[in-house]
Amino acid sequence: MSAVAVAAAPSRSVRKKRPIRPARVALHAFLIAMVVVWLFPLAWATYISLRPLSDTIQHGYVSLPSNGLSLVNYQSAWTQADLPYYYLNTLVVVIPGVALTLLLASMVAFCCTQFSWKFNLTVLMIFIAGNLLPAQVIIIPLYFIYLHTPIANLGSIEVGNFSFALFSDNNLLYDQYIGVILIHVVFQTGFATFVLSNYMKTITREITESALVDGANVLRIWWSVILPLCRPALAAMATLLFTFIYNDFFWALILISTGAKRPITSALNNLQGEFVANFNVITSAAILACLPPIIVYILLQKQFIAGLTLGSTKG
Amino acid sequence: MANTTATTAPARKAKPGTGAVAISGRRRRYNVLTRRDKILLALMVGIPLALDIILIWGPTVASIFFSFTNWDGIGGIEAKNIVGLKNYQFMFTGYTLFWPAFTHNVIWLLWLTFVATPLGMLFAVLLDRDIRGSRIYQSVFYLPVVLSLVVIGFIWELQYFPTDGFINNALGLVKSGHIIDWLGDSRINLYAILGAASWRHIGYIMILYLAGLKSVDPSLREAARVDGATEVQTFFNVVFPVMAPINVVIVVITAIESLRAFDIAFIINQGKNGLELLSILITNNSISEASLVGFGSAIAVVLLLISLVPIVTFLTRVMRTSQ
Repeated sequence: MSAVAVAAAPSRSVRKKRPIRPARVALHAFLIAMVVVWLFPLAWATYISLRPLSDTIQHGYVSLPSNGLSLVNYQSAWTQADLPYYYLNTLVVVIPGVALTLLLASMVAFCCTQFSWKFNLTVLMIFIAGNLLPAQVIIIPLYFIYLHTPIANLGSIEVGNFSFALFSDNNLLYDQYIGVILIHVVFQTGFATFVLSNYMKTITREITESALVDGANVLRIWWSVILPLCRPALAAMATLLFTFIYNDFFWALILISTGAKRPITSALNNLQGEFVANFNVITSAAILACLPPIIVYILLQKQFIAGLTLGSTKG
Repeated sequence: MANTTATTAPARKAKPGTGAVAISGRRRRYNVLTRRDKILLALMVGIPLALDIILIWGPTVASIFFSFTNWDGIGGIEAKNIVGLKNYQFMFTGYTLFWPAFTHNVIWLLWLTFVATPLGMLFAVLLDRDIRGSRIYQSVFYLPVVLSLVVIGFIWELQYFPTDGFINNALGLVKSGHIIDWLGDSRINLYAILGAASWRHIGYIMILYLAGLKSVDPSLREAARVDGATEVQTFFNVVFPVMAPINVVIVVITAIESLRAFDIAFIINQGKNGLELLSILITNNSISEASLVGFGSAIAVVLLLISLVPIVTFLTRVMRTSQ
């Protein structure tokens, strides 16, 4: 990146001094039109979410507000639809999900890039190919594995009306946070391993070698030598994995049956039935549900894009 | 870092210098590795690998096995449950939803490949130049990519509703009484949700392609310009061929996204009435609505076989670059 940026910098300053060309104006006109097309559906949804139900029943959705806008739908979504509760469900899936994925993936990437084994490439292939499979290809047997794997029940942590089962509260993997976390970790480890190993390939093996000579064991080298060097890649992966897991619909839909245990993204689907006559509240809930990834995206845009491009352009 | 071929070129170039050391060092390293280290390394790879095999590759193989049975998910699988190719026979000839779903997946693939992906590439090419506000444009076009498909479904329903949707009102169809039921009419609803899916896909492709474009050696373009090539000519004759590797990645990603399509169709109407997709038939037949485990697995095997085409393409590319 840096080399290209340096090369591009002088020409950029030269070009800015050029006079305005009609082609440029047309280009901007096109791009601005596209920006409007891109933002309009979001803006429209926001507008609907701010209109009280009585107003839209009377005048239809496509109308000007007669009684002003209000946050009443957000209030209903927050209290009646129990959104804080579903946020919490998401949180208990996303945080361990991202952390464990990064741990496992960085271990595999470390072993496959810092040492020469016979099966380095094979291992990498197994992970990558696994991540590329459509989830529906494996869902049927996975569903039965989840239904028939006994898991210890170690009680639960209660926070208000929220109950987080340690391991399992039905002695199965099915219908458990831990089950959803597990499949996220395993599935995303494929992608994260690929990206992290692309990154670790650029770290010279001499670092690991000299640490070995100094008597450090491999676990220590992985944790305190290689991982700190991978901070940019880990940060990029963490933001990306956060949105991947946050936005998941499929795993939670199939592997969790209790509505109250669903993370927010899949819980939205149930709200559709619950508030069938009030799409304004559903829209507010949808907007609240997509705020965390949008905030993460706005704050960490660079990490985000770095993560995606690390995974795609190389390899 | 390391996101473009250009940036890794110096790193690769640096390797031959240290290469000689590394090769001689390799032998030394194996002596340095203690038995404990070797066990640790084996565990560090072995645990994630075992999980991957148990929860991803095991089920893949099990899907193939189930597809030859008429198992309903209850009790064990016995010899009498094995029915050979009957599930496949019924799927291809008797099951009325298979070919529609298959066709919808193909349309999905063709649409993303020939409409959405080229648009994303166009955006990338337009924004790759030094234009004012390029960053802002990029951020806007990329925004839908961070939204979940569930939310995208809801947002677009507000556009597509028959009488309350924005599109029909904006087109004056509600007033004139010629309402188009975008999501309910099975002849057009697939294209309606493809519109919503493209809204997301275009930004995704744009970002990937932009990274690729940044890696193209600027002197190539400079040379083309000196030779008097127009911008369009430069793109098609110089830049596009150089980007062959990333073009492959983008086609692979597009294909896989099309085969994975599930969420939007499920949110709109559970994948019925024109929105049938292979992925949805799998779950509907064996988990959500019926317990035809064997039959659902046969559909899963078809999806698996189709997916292998882009997957193998991608793996071949990974192999080639790492050798």
